[in-house]
Amino acid sequence: MLDGELLSRIQFGFVVSFHILFPSFSIGLASWLVFLEGVWLWKRTDLWRDLYFFWLKVFAVAFGMGVVSGIVMSFQFGTNWSRLSEAAGSILGPLLNYEVLTAFFLEASFLGVMLFGWNRVGHVTHFLATCMVALGTLISTFWIMAANSWMQTPAGYTIEHGVFVPTDWWKVIFNPSLPLSFLHMAMAAFLTTAMVVGGVAAWYLLRGRFGDRAQAMLKAAVAFVALVIPLQIFVGDASGLEVLQTQPAKLAAIEANWTTARGVPWTLFAIPDTGTESNRYAIEIPKVGSLILTHQLNGKVPGLKSFPPQDRPPVTPVFFAFRVMVALGFAMLGLSWLGLWWWRRHTLFDRRWYLRLWLAMAPAGFIAVLAGWYTREIGRQPWVIYGVMRTADAFSGVPAASVLVSLIAFALVYAVAFGFGAYYLVKLFRAGPTPAPQRPVVLPGHSAARPLSAAHDAVELP
Amino acid sequence: MNLDLAAVLPVVWFFIIGFAVLMYVLLDGFVLGIGILSPFADDEHQRDQMMNTAAPIWDGNETWLILGIAGLYAAFPRAYALILSTLYLPALLMMVGLVFRGVAFEFRFKAHKTRWVWGLGFHLGSLAVAFAQGVFLGALVEGMPLEGGKYLGGAFSWFSPFAVMTGCALVFGYGLLGATWLFMKTDGRTQRIAADLARPLMMVVIAFMLMVSVWVPFINAQVMQRWFTWPNLLYLAPVPLLTVLVAGLLWRAVLTDREVQSFRWAMALFVLGFIGLAAGIWPDIVPPHLTIWQAASPVTSQGFTLVGALLMIPVVLGYTVYSYRVFRGKVHAGEGYH
Repeated sequence: MLDGELLSRIQFGFVVSFHILFPSFSIGLASWLVFLEGVWLWKRTDLWRDLYFFWLKVFAVAFGMGVVSGIVMSFQFGTNWSRLSEAAGSILGPLLNYEVLTAFFLEASFLGVMLFGWNRVGHVTHFLATCMVALGTLISTFWIMAANSWMQTPAGYTIEHGVFVPTDWWKVIFNPSLPLSFLHMAMAAFLTTAMVVGGVAAWYLLRGRFGDRAQAMLKAAVAFVALVIPLQIFVGDASGLEVLQTQPAKLAAIEANWTTARGVPWTLFAIPDTGTESNRYAIEIPKVGSLILTHQLNGKVPGLKSFPPQDRPPVTPVFFAFRVMVALGFAMLGLSWLGLWWWRRHTLFDRRWYLRLWLAMAPAGFIAVLAGWYTREIGRQPWVIYGVMRTADAFSGVPAASVLVSLIAFALVYAVAFGFGAYYLVKLFRAGPTPAPQRPVVLPGHSAARPLSAAHDAVELP
Repeated sequence: MNLDLAAVLPVVWFFIIGFAVLMYVLLDGFVLGIGILSPFADDEHQRDQMMNTAAPIWDGNETWLILGIAGLYAAFPRAYALILSTLYLPALLMMVGLVFRGVAFEFRFKAHKTRWVWGLGFHLGSLAVAFAQGVFLGALVEGMPLEGGKYLGGAFSWFSPFAVMTGCALVFGYGLLGATWLFMKTDGRTQRIAADLARPLMMVVIAFMLMVSVWVPFINAQVMQRWFTWPNLLYLAPVPLLTVLVAGLLWRAVLTDREVQSFRWAMALFVLGFIGLAAGIWPDIVPPHLTIWQAASPVTSQGFTLVGALLMIPVVLGYTVYSYRVFRGKVHAGEGYH
């Protein structure tokens, strides 16, 4: 017998996992483009304009995929989670409405000028359009994180006749989880982009292509990651302290800590066993768990057993997702600081293994973002609004067969649409930062009408 | 003066959401129309020219749909929940269509060997979106009977001859908007194709409007009462009268090849049709049992969101006008922004 609720959960997890990848990339890309165009306006050298136009094309594809996968999200709450919408639309609806009014229109309107207006508006106006798009992506991040954070740490409301009635919008928006999670998400998006920029640059350098352009990109990536990843780790740590206060069951699942205790060890690895309520094959460091989570060697850490089984999140996925995120964070730290060290000694581009490492780490940001989101969202279960409304009570009651049809349809459509999207992105990366459209280079025997043809790359060889 | 916010705010929101949906229908209507008509292009270059007329502005146009949806979610959560969970399959069709139509704009110009895939995706996606939206409209006008505040029906309970008819009507309607837009924004052979399409489309659309006008009163008693009782008949009389006038002006403009006027009167025809249907639905948000007051979110929700809407909608309209001005004028054959 098919279970419409389970299928709806799978469907939501599927469409939101795809969706989060594109904004993570395009939020960072928009600000990266502001940087590139800003430097170009200042220096007016071809290098920066070529880089701008190259990443603009990448941005267009990523943004397009983000827009369409986002539209799907705006319907999901009504189609599959209508009881959540009936109860909490009074709070989530206004927040999403503000996102549309203050961010989506801004992005969408100036995106046109940014992509197609180069010959129609002045350079400064064009730069302002780029700034507006970047601003839009950040405003959008703010509102969507406000909505999500409110579901994590609901505040500023009462419940009347089963409906959430907002009483204090300031408390709704600036709920306990918002400040840190907004910062964490925005930096995650920037880091995701920086890792891709660095990875693509390293790939060009390994192949001996686009010398000075690739070097400029790798330097920018190394500097940015080296600067921001410590901040990100700091904010992540602060988020842990916040989750300890507001969502202790989530924290217990993150650490797979079964018994409430003081001076708990930090579990590097284990197979959590829900049946026996204990960990198997655990590798632990004594006392460090308490130190990390409470900043005291003898701090008290909540255990899963202090919550009734029906109020516990699934332990295994949360436990591992969190570890994947943290491991990637520290890998980025090591990678970027190593680069900084060699940059100072003028040998940043000299080691092929280091460039290969950057290439291998290019998708690290995406994986870390997904892992972080699984930690946050699976860790919130069984609640859709933490402590107030269960996910099971949010489901629409749509016939299971309908949900099965839609799940299969989304799987097929996303495979085709985003499969092709990934293919075109790879094509763009392969073509690289060729000379920008202002000064088209036409090689003998090659038509300028095909700017993506690989032959053009030859002109960029050092 | 003591203003009863709980009575007034839902009315204001009915108009704001109505405005957003109307803007969407007008603006994305012509973009979807381009997609619907794209197979009539002789070759890929003409298809480029067609798509380039909308490439810089389609995303902003589509955002009006998101505003309508988010507005419904914020102001009438019960209606949002009810409509989307009931019309689950048409909603799915629309989402899938919007995905293909949207990515086609970016992908088609990046593709070479696979270019045809996204020409096809653009066409079929637009077709699916137009049809699904027409079904939404038809099902809503027909009404969703509720029992104890819940809708009792299966996955296909929305399916009816009327909803299928409005689905087809919107395909032709958007097609007309697209044809008149292309007629205005292109030149050469593409413009000729658009003009030749506009004539039959206009006739079919006027026929559909007549059919809906005759059919609706019989399936929805409330609409019958709204339109055909005194003094409503008097208040509402300008709508059908203006519709006849606009249809006449459109007829003349299309047959005499007037570029701007054809597009303008096609838009006007849509505005009047929209007003006519909205007047029939009022004061329900989901006919026949859920009024805007019953579906309304708390005053604190509607009020808070209204502040943002009143501040931001003029700003949004401002930069919408700006971006249309930047890309004003004709898009010539062979000239692309890409």
